[in-house]
Amino acid sequence: MCTVKEFLNYEIFCGALFFKKKGIFMEFIGTLINGLSLGGVYAMIALGYTMVYGIAKLLNFAHGDIIMVGGYLLFVFVGIVNNSIIALLITAVLCAIFGIVMEKLAYKPLRGASPLAVLITAIGVSYLLQSLAQIIFGTQTKFVTLFQNLGVINIGSLVIQVSTLITLFSCIVIMAGLTLFIKFSKTGRAMIAVSEDRGASELMGINVNSIITITFAIGSFLAAAASFFYLLKNPQINPTLGSMPGIKAFTAAVIGGVGSIPGAMAGGVLLGIIEMFTAKVSFLTPYTEAIEFGILILILLVRPSGLLGKKRREKV
Amino acid sequence: MMEQDTVLQEKYHKSNKDKVKKFFKKHKPKKYINYVAIIICIVIFLISSGGMKRVTCTTLNEIAISILLAVSLGLVIGFLGELSLGHAGFMCIGAYIGGKVALLLQPYISSSFILLVIALIVGGVAAALAGVLIGLPALRLKGDYLAIVTLAFGEIVRSVFRNINFFGGVMGMDTKGIQYDVRKLFIIGFFLILIMLAVIQNIVYSKHGRAITAIRDSEIASKATGINVTRYKIFVFAISAFFAGLAGVIYAFCKNPTADAFSYNKSIEVLVMVVLGGMGNVNGSILSATLITFLNLKLPTWLPPNLAVLKNILYSLILIVIVIYNNAPKLKSFRDKYNFKNLMNKIFKPKDDASIIKNDANKWDRIPTKIEMNEVLSVDVNVEESTTTPDVDKGGR
Repeated sequence: MCTVKEFLNYEIFCGALFFKKKGIFMEFIGTLINGLSLGGVYAMIALGYTMVYGIAKLLNFAHGDIIMVGGYLLFVFVGIVNNSIIALLITAVLCAIFGIVMEKLAYKPLRGASPLAVLITAIGVSYLLQSLAQIIFGTQTKFVTLFQNLGVINIGSLVIQVSTLITLFSCIVIMAGLTLFIKFSKTGRAMIAVSEDRGASELMGINVNSIITITFAIGSFLAAAASFFYLLKNPQINPTLGSMPGIKAFTAAVIGGVGSIPGAMAGGVLLGIIEMFTAKVSFLTPYTEAIEFGILILILLVRPSGLLGKKRREKV
Repeated sequence: MMEQDTVLQEKYHKSNKDKVKKFFKKHKPKKYINYVAIIICIVIFLISSGGMKRVTCTTLNEIAISILLAVSLGLVIGFLGELSLGHAGFMCIGAYIGGKVALLLQPYISSSFILLVIALIVGGVAAALAGVLIGLPALRLKGDYLAIVTLAFGEIVRSVFRNINFFGGVMGMDTKGIQYDVRKLFIIGFFLILIMLAVIQNIVYSKHGRAITAIRDSEIASKATGINVTRYKIFVFAISAFFAGLAGVIYAFCKNPTADAFSYNKSIEVLVMVVLGGMGNVNGSILSATLITFLNLKLPTWLPPNLAVLKNILYSLILIVIVIYNNAPKLKSFRDKYNFKNLMNKIFKPKDDASIIKNDANKWDRIPTKIEMNEVLSVDVNVEESTTTPDVDKGGR
C-alpha cells in the first residue's frame, strides 16, 4: 500500500505538470514512443486474433502460443544460421505453416459446431503447445541475442533505444502493408467478403476454406514477426512466453472490437501506451494488468462490441 | 381356473414391474446416486480417519476442493452455457477474505470449528458478491466477450491481492495460526460437497433449472416466454462463485494462499475437469475432478520428473479429442450409431425369443400379409358409399 506521502511524491506531482518542465516533457515523449512501439507489437498479435475471428468466427486462444513457438524457432535458427533476419524469415514461414496445420487438425472438424466447443478446443491447443514446449526445451529460460549492441539515440535529453525505433517503424510498415493487401488484392477483398457474409461469398464463387487457411497463415506470420520484436526488447524465452502478450493482445482486439482491423491496431496501441505510462508512475506499476483489464471491462460495459466493432442485431 | 390364475399373476407381476419402472422414471436414480456415494465416502472417512496417513488426508482434501470447483463451474458452463475463465478468481477471493477474517477473529474465538464456519460464510458471501459483479457485464455480453471479461476479472483479482500488503503481498498470506487439522478438514470439505449437491441439483431439477437451460439453448426464445434472463444469469454466477469461494476458504485453512496459485492456469484446469466430465453432467464433473486431482498429485511421485509433464500433454489431447468427437458436425452419424446407450442396449437387452413368437403363431397366421387389389378397391368404394359421403353431396343432387 502506498502512504499519503508517497501519493503526493515528486513524480506524480511533476506528472501533472510535465508540460511546464522541459525534462519531464522529454520523458513524456520518450514514454510515448516506447508505448507506441510496444503497442505496435500488441497490435500485430491482436491483428491475428481479430482477422481469424472476423473470418472463421472463432477465437483462436492458441494464437498467443504461436508467439512462443516463434520464439523457440528463432532461438533454434539464430543458433544455426547466425543471422537474425534470415532466421526471422524462416521462422515466419514455418509459423505460417504451423498455423495452417493447427487449423486443419483442430478447428476444421469443428466448423459449424457451437462457439463454446471451438473455444474450449482452442484452449486445449494452447495448453498442448505449452506442455510440448516444456518437454522439448525444458522449463529453464533460454536467451537469444538477435542483434548485438544496437545502442541508443540521444535527442537533447531524450534517450531512445534503437530497437524501439526499429520495432515502431517495422510495425507501421507491416500494418500499412496488411491494410493495402486487404483493401486492394483479390484475396484481401475475398477475406472482407467472407467476414461480411460467408454464405453469400460462397455463392459468389469464393473458396471459403482456402480463405480461412490463408487467414490463419497470415495471422501466424504476424505472430512470428511479433515474437521477433518482443524478443528484441526482452530476450528471454520460456514455455509461457506467449501467454501474457497473448492475453493482452486478445484484450486489445476486444477493446477495439473483435473482427475490426483498425480496431485491433487502435486497441493494441492504447494498451501499449497505458502499460508504458503505468510503468513510469511508481505506485501504479504493480497494478498495470489490473488497470488494463479494468479498462477492458469498462469499455465493454459501455460499448459491448468494442470501440470500432460493428453492432450486430440478433435475429431469430 | 389355472389359466386364469396365470393370467392374473402375470398381470399382477406386470403391474408391479410397471410400478417399479414408473418409480425409477419419476425419481431418476442418477439424481441421487451422487448423494449416496458422497455419504458412503463420509461414513468411511469418519470411521477410518484416525488411522489415515497425513498424505492421504491432504490428497482427499485437494479432491474435495476440486470437486467443489468443478461442480460449481459446471453450473455456469453446462447449464447456463456461458464460458467462465475466472473461476480461480472467485476461489482467490474466498481464500483471502475468509482467511483474513478468521485471522482477525482468532484472538476472540477459541473454537477453531466456529472460526472455520464463520470464515466459510464470509468467504462464500464475498465471492458470491463478486459473482454478482461479474454477472452484471454478463447481461450485455455473451459468448467470447463474456469469456474474456471473466478472464480479465480473474487476473484483476489476482494482481490486486498480490499487491496489497494487508493480505501479505507477493509472498502470500500466512495462515499458520488458523490452519485446521487436515484429518478433519477434508471431512468438512466432503460435507460441503453434500450441501453443494443439494443446492445445485435442486436448482437444476426445478423450474429454475429448466429456465436456466432454456437460456442456454436460446436466450431470445426464453426471453419471449417470459423468463427473467437478467435475474437468472446473476443468480447462477452468484451461486457458482459462492461455492468456489468455499473451496478457497478450505484451501486457506490447509495452506498459505499465494496469489499466483489462483492464476489463469488454475481456471483452465477446472475447465478441463468440467469438459472431461461432460458439460451439464454433475456426476461426470465429480468423477473427473477426483481422477484428475488424484493423478495430478500422484503421477509426479510415480514417474520420473521428465515424464510428469507428459500428463499435461495427455490432458490437452484428451480435451481436444473429446470436444471434437462430441461436437464435430461430420461425426454426428458415427456418434449416433456408437453411443453409450445404444451399445448398452445391444449388450443387455434380451434378443427376441423365437419360442414366444411360436406360441401365438396362429394369431399371426390370421393377419393378412398381402392386401389384394380387389380388397383395396372395395374398401374405397365402401367408404365413399356409406359413411363418409357428406350431406352436402346429397343436397347437391
